[in-house]
Amino acid sequence: MNTDPAHLSTNEFIKGLWRENPIFVQVLGMCPALAVTNSVINAIAMGLATTFVLIMSSMLVSSLRSFIPRQVRIASYILIIATFVTVAEYFIQAISIELHKNLGAFIALIVVNCLILGRAEAFASKNTIWPAFLDAAGMGLGFTFALICLGGVRELIGNGTLLGYMIFSENYQPWIVMILPGGGFFSLGAWLLLFNWMKSRKERLNLAAENSR
Amino acid sequence: MATESLTYIFINAALVNNFVLAYFLGICPFLGVSGKYETALRMGGAVTFVMLVSSMCAYGIHWLLLQLDAPYLQLISYIVVIASTVQLVEMFIKKFSPALFRALGIFLPLITTNCAILGLALFQTSKGYNFVQAIFYALGAGVGFTIALVIMAGIREELDLADTPAIVRGTAIVLMVAGILSLTFMGFAGLGG
Repeated sequence: MNTDPAHLSTNEFIKGLWRENPIFVQVLGMCPALAVTNSVINAIAMGLATTFVLIMSSMLVSSLRSFIPRQVRIASYILIIATFVTVAEYFIQAISIELHKNLGAFIALIVVNCLILGRAEAFASKNTIWPAFLDAAGMGLGFTFALICLGGVRELIGNGTLLGYMIFSENYQPWIVMILPGGGFFSLGAWLLLFNWMKSRKERLNLAAENSR
Repeated sequence: MATESLTYIFINAALVNNFVLAYFLGICPFLGVSGKYETALRMGGAVTFVMLVSSMCAYGIHWLLLQLDAPYLQLISYIVVIASTVQLVEMFIKKFSPALFRALGIFLPLITTNCAILGLALFQTSKGYNFVQAIFYALGAGVGFTIALVIMAGIREELDLADTPAIVRGTAIVLMVAGILSLTFMGFAGLGG
């Protein structure tokens, strides 16, 4: 086990991106993951807004961790998160009305994203500001990455475009169903399938390596 | 918008724009609590009740915030009201019906982080419903949530007996089933207009 501090802090950052990816591995924060991923742009905006709220609230929770009484901690976390979500909502409204309309109520619904409350409770309330920041940044980017994966598949198959550019030829017949709600469930199910398959393959390989030793 | 008939609002919230299958609200309990038929039904009942109460409170708060000219406090005050409603309901049920309290168990406090409740309060505000319309909207949303949860639980009880490959077991197969259910509910489009 490598315990030098620099390695540990990269570890906090990397784990959210892949090994403990919030969507694909922990299956947290599903509502926005399914609702706004009908195009890549929406997915990126949602991912970045969530990352912002996650980082800011994790840092605040971690810096206030010795002041908040244990009994009212969940309520205080929710208040902190709600404050930053309000900031994010007004910011998005200021830069692009159209984006704000596309994401709709789902920006406000970041408040009840279990991922943010989960990180505040499980990590930020027990660590100092720097590890809390790294953890939040890693989880946030992992969340954004997963959202882009979902949005990419849905936009490419459902509309034949990526980021608004045509990818397939003119005669491509788009599968509208992938843009519709059902497609969200299908594509997330397919991604989880892929991750399960990779996990079981790795386990099989490890087992084979152990047996041959 | 404010002229929609009450039946339209109810059917729209319950079937056409089902909160779980069309708006993706409340996916966490939908995936987590839909294992057993009985618990699904109880969870649906509890959520419907909290929806009804918090929708009425949200109507009052929205009016109050407009009077105070402070709409930026909307989100914060909604979430505080929902959290305290859930707490209140919990204490109420514990006092008057300990049996029901034991049956609901952990699901009661978890309703706070159910996005369907906050979503309902926000949608009702942005649609500009009046008090009676808001009540019907909340009822419809609760019934829709219960329907989706109960159907899913029924399917999953059968699915446990089926011979599925190892890698699709767990969340993946539930999501696939939810996708098909969502397509089915699209058939309700145009109903109640």
